[in-house]
Amino acid sequence: MTFQEIKQRLRRKSVGIAGCGGLGSNCAVALARVGVGRLVIVDFDAVTVSNLNRQYFFLDQIGMKKVEALRENIRRIDPAIGVEVADVKLTPDLLPGLFASCDVVVEAFDRADQKEMLIETMLKDFPEKPLVVGLGVAGWGRTDLVHFRKSGNLYICGDEVSEISVELPPLAPRVGMVANMQANVVVEILLSSEVAR
Amino acid sequence: MQITLNNRVETLEVVRLTVSELLKVKNFTFKMLIVKINGKLINKTEYDTAEIADGDDVQVIHLISGG
Repeated sequence: MTFQEIKQRLRRKSVGIAGCGGLGSNCAVALARVGVGRLVIVDFDAVTVSNLNRQYFFLDQIGMKKVEALRENIRRIDPAIGVEVADVKLTPDLLPGLFASCDVVVEAFDRADQKEMLIETMLKDFPEKPLVVGLGVAGWGRTDLVHFRKSGNLYICGDEVSEISVELPPLAPRVGMVANMQANVVVEILLSSEVAR
Repeated sequence: MQITLNNRVETLEVVRLTVSELLKVKNFTFKMLIVKINGKLINKTEYDTAEIADGDDVQVIHLISGG
């Protein structure tokens, strides 16, 4: 498939991204660059200076809402991408309204309890919808530990062991690896579903 | 009995066991996790009663902070 063909297929697709931190902002940018037509991005937080070690924001965006800053950055890459923003803390009751129309959902939260809430809600309410999660991104090196596995419609990217701590912070290279793995899995799902139709 | 645990075949010395027992035996110590038996999500309230039988496909996913 040429890039033009890929872009044409992805243009009709819609991806929901829960969380616009290290995983979500980098994953969204990768999906925008390849031409996914519609992105629904969800986050309640604002950009801080400590985010800049891994998240796709800039110094002059500090204090901005992450969803607004990310929409601006995606527009600078490709203004044709439709970016829908939700400046909310995601809860199970909000999930259908935000993601029912998405072909794939990306779990890009920071905290384990939020990841649990999203995965449980998706498995209960949208068992047929592909959900691509990021688990285990902290630290640096240990590149060979990062992996991908699939369990039904749940797609897992990460090392599944490294939890963040003061001594094991999340950093751009390793978080970016997993964010881009998630984007890569999303593209694979979107292009294969297209072929099957 | 033989089960598949996270895509690996495991042989256990019992005929049946509950999710809680499996988590104990296999040392899954994380507080937050997702358990699926044959693709079906098991609610936390069912861990003491939901049973795993021979041939079951069990997925245990640790939820790890960081993103």
